[in-house]
Amino acid sequence: MNKPLRRVAIFCGILVLSLLIRDNWLQYVRADELTSHKYNRRVEIERYAHERGDIIVDGKAVTGSAETEDSDFTYKRVWKNGPLWAPVTGYSSQAFDSSQLENLEDGILTGNDDQLFFDRTLSMFTGEKKRGGNIVTTLNGDAQRAAFKGLGEKKGAVVALDPKSGAILALASTPSYDPSVFAGNSLKDSENRQKLLKDKDKPMLNRALRETYPPGSTFKVVTAAAALENGLYDDIDAKTESPLPWTLPQSTTPLQNEGDIPCENATLREALRVSCNTVFGKMSDDLGNKKMIEQTDKFGFNKEVFTPVRADASIYPEDNRPQNAMAGIGQASNRTTPLQMAMVASAIANDGKLMRPYMVAERQAPNLDPVYTHEPEELSRALSGENAQKVQQMMETVVKDGTGTNARIPGVTVGGKTGTAQHGLNNSEKPYAWFISYAKTDSGSPVAVAVVVEDGNANRDDISGGGLAAPIARDVMKAVIDSKK
Amino acid sequence: MSVVTNTTTIGAIDAPSRRNTELALVVFAVAISVFAYANVGLALNGELPAGMLGYGAGLALLGGVAHLVVRRFAKYADPLLLPLATLLNGLGLALIWRLDQSERLARLPSFAPAASKQLLFSAMGVALFIGVLLLLKDHRILQRYTYISMVVALILLILPMFFPAQFGAKIWITIPGIGSIQPGEFAKIVIAIFFSGYLMVKRDALALASRRFMGMYLPRGRDLGPILAIWAMSILILVFETDLGTSLLFFGMFVVMLYVATERTSWIVFGLTMSAVGAVGVASFEPHVQDRVTAWLDPFAGWGTHAASEQMAQVLMAFGSGGTLGTGLGQGNSDLILFAANTDFILATVGEELGLAGVMAFLLLYGLIVERGVRTALAARDPFGKLLAIGLSGAFAIQVFVVAGGVMGLIPLTGMTMPFLAAGGSSVIANWALIGILIRISDTARRPAPAPAPSTDAEMTQVVRP
Repeated sequence: MNKPLRRVAIFCGILVLSLLIRDNWLQYVRADELTSHKYNRRVEIERYAHERGDIIVDGKAVTGSAETEDSDFTYKRVWKNGPLWAPVTGYSSQAFDSSQLENLEDGILTGNDDQLFFDRTLSMFTGEKKRGGNIVTTLNGDAQRAAFKGLGEKKGAVVALDPKSGAILALASTPSYDPSVFAGNSLKDSENRQKLLKDKDKPMLNRALRETYPPGSTFKVVTAAAALENGLYDDIDAKTESPLPWTLPQSTTPLQNEGDIPCENATLREALRVSCNTVFGKMSDDLGNKKMIEQTDKFGFNKEVFTPVRADASIYPEDNRPQNAMAGIGQASNRTTPLQMAMVASAIANDGKLMRPYMVAERQAPNLDPVYTHEPEELSRALSGENAQKVQQMMETVVKDGTGTNARIPGVTVGGKTGTAQHGLNNSEKPYAWFISYAKTDSGSPVAVAVVVEDGNANRDDISGGGLAAPIARDVMKAVIDSKK
Repeated sequence: MSVVTNTTTIGAIDAPSRRNTELALVVFAVAISVFAYANVGLALNGELPAGMLGYGAGLALLGGVAHLVVRRFAKYADPLLLPLATLLNGLGLALIWRLDQSERLARLPSFAPAASKQLLFSAMGVALFIGVLLLLKDHRILQRYTYISMVVALILLILPMFFPAQFGAKIWITIPGIGSIQPGEFAKIVIAIFFSGYLMVKRDALALASRRFMGMYLPRGRDLGPILAIWAMSILILVFETDLGTSLLFFGMFVVMLYVATERTSWIVFGLTMSAVGAVGVASFEPHVQDRVTAWLDPFAGWGTHAASEQMAQVLMAFGSGGTLGTGLGQGNSDLILFAANTDFILATVGEELGLAGVMAFLLLYGLIVERGVRTALAARDPFGKLLAIGLSGAFAIQVFVVAGGVMGLIPLTGMTMPFLAAGGSSVIANWALIGILIRISDTARRPAPAPAPSTDAEMTQVVRP
């Protein structure tokens, strides 16, 4: 009987061996895949087991962590003045994932990023409690508050940039929301989120980065830059060849100006000051669709921008001639984000050099040592320095005695451009009020701003950009200049 | 100090009894278990658990008493079986206590702390172990009860049919005031006794008086009939009770013992064919089985919709999250498995908190028990002892394979308990009895032959020494 016994022994050995092999397969080969599986709650538990790092503005944290009792997640995210910072930070919810900076910089904030490897290893030996690293933003608290105060109850967005570096100084979107209300994973959090999602004003939409608007007359600055760059006109004070009335190409429809303004053969400076549709429409037509696209490309249009939060691409489309002429005054199918128009203003203010916009100045390890510091980076050369200065002069005239007088700041040179973008079928909807501007001091330009207010003035007067949006831009610029003193 | 030199041709020298080895290993097993218990307490509450001394003392008492009984009544028994059982039982208690502390499990309506009960059951198991050693002076006595065993096994298997199903399987009998017991665990031992007794008598007939059919030797119906009938009945009963693990166990045990008894390979072929037919047949009409197969094929596909799949996915993630070295006792989240975390799925807690290293260690401990059992079967001098030892150790091996393989997703899950490790009275008691019988057989097997009567002839042949 011993021979079959030995065989049975081998059989039992094979049973145990197959279990050992299976175990190695499961716990060694597939371990990573299973550990990070999307259904594996341990990932979330681990993630909320430590205090999350903070997002910092002006040296102070705008976020925090609170201990929770009711679930296996130990900490949840809280925001100090959530609605003010939500367009920057995004949200981080135990139940509903995260967005924007909270999402993109999650590795640093949770402390799991490879950049923190050394730090983690060190604290493993010192026995320090695990904590996330911090994200230091480029934002300026005063400018952000000024933007929100200016927008108030109105729907809209403000983006302020530092033209010299591309640093984002303000990023406002209204109506905003408080991400704290759904940071946990209780039923209440879920209800709060549902309420926000159903709100017809879309408070969770980041209008500064993710909404594209027709840019209206503010786009004339781009058309002027294209004309100068392509040598269509050289002297901003020389007469242009602009008949009035001017009929759209391939059509019998004359292009209207807003009101009775002196646009016939107006100089570039004058045309921008009073915002002539005919002058810039013809200019865009003279340049042609291809050259307009080239110029907008240089300003950063037609592709997404990562700040690192993604901003939608602003579009200047390939179009037929009449459409292209309309697009030259920002009124046809071209659409831009507020960020994009702030980039336009900042490129002009920075003598033609467009800097890559960014909002993360530094990533810090939990012990506050920087692990990454942003170096300003040139995105493109939007126009020559000489031409940029010409556009600056034109924009400064707009603020000095044109449509943008509301943006004047005593003792500071301000250049700007208003815009009122009609939209809706047959312009039935309320127009958008736009204003883009920059301020200039002795040491160059510290700030460029784009403001859009969705519920613009119903009288469809071009002034409404100046009336509604310009004061907001002025306050934001003033806040930046004051905070530098 | 005298040097023992074997100078006679017929030895009367005592074979080493290895009882001190056993004692040292039992002490080691208790110490490891107490460390595990302390580890859980430190990890969960930051302090040594209050019950640590009581737990350690209880386990040491059980191991110690069992050891003394073995020392006294089974002097030549295999020295590894008792320490292995003590270690598995002790670690099982620590793991169960760890899961008792889980807040997640505490929220389940069906959950009740099980560690203290398990200690009580372990004591009952050791008591039964001692009872086996005291009452069963020689395992061959069991031969007398071949047919009684058959009846007892059938009764044990039929009983649960009269009790309501729990968690989809009718494998419990509920006795008011005492709780539920799982007769299948005991039936495993009793039916092994029946198979051994019957096969010992009939093995020659089964092996030799056979007809050749399609290249295989088939035995005569009158030889095979009774055993086939018993086997078929138990399988049928189990299928009706949807206790698939146990039916697989019985079937495997049956084939192994038949093969060992007859030494005919054709039985393996026969057995595999029948099991394949049986498995496909059961799977085609039993929804309980279909559930399990679905969960086995792609556990993650049924997330949120299919409870069995989701649980299987949780188990796999527990294993994966443990990785190579595990999170450490008390520091994992294996309680996410929720239902049956401390019974059928306790190996997942080992996997997560002790890691690949821990699970392999446990599998090797089980492997060692099986190995010692097979060794006992090899050493046994009587066919009944051989058959009983291989039957019991084969059943043990198959049970470990079916449970661990099911939990690790190697084969479809069938609900059975990991011997000694899982919370559950019947299992721990029955397995202690199983170890007791193996120890008894190994004692008989390793006991040296009685010294021959002194004879003058023998004297003459002694080596003359200066």
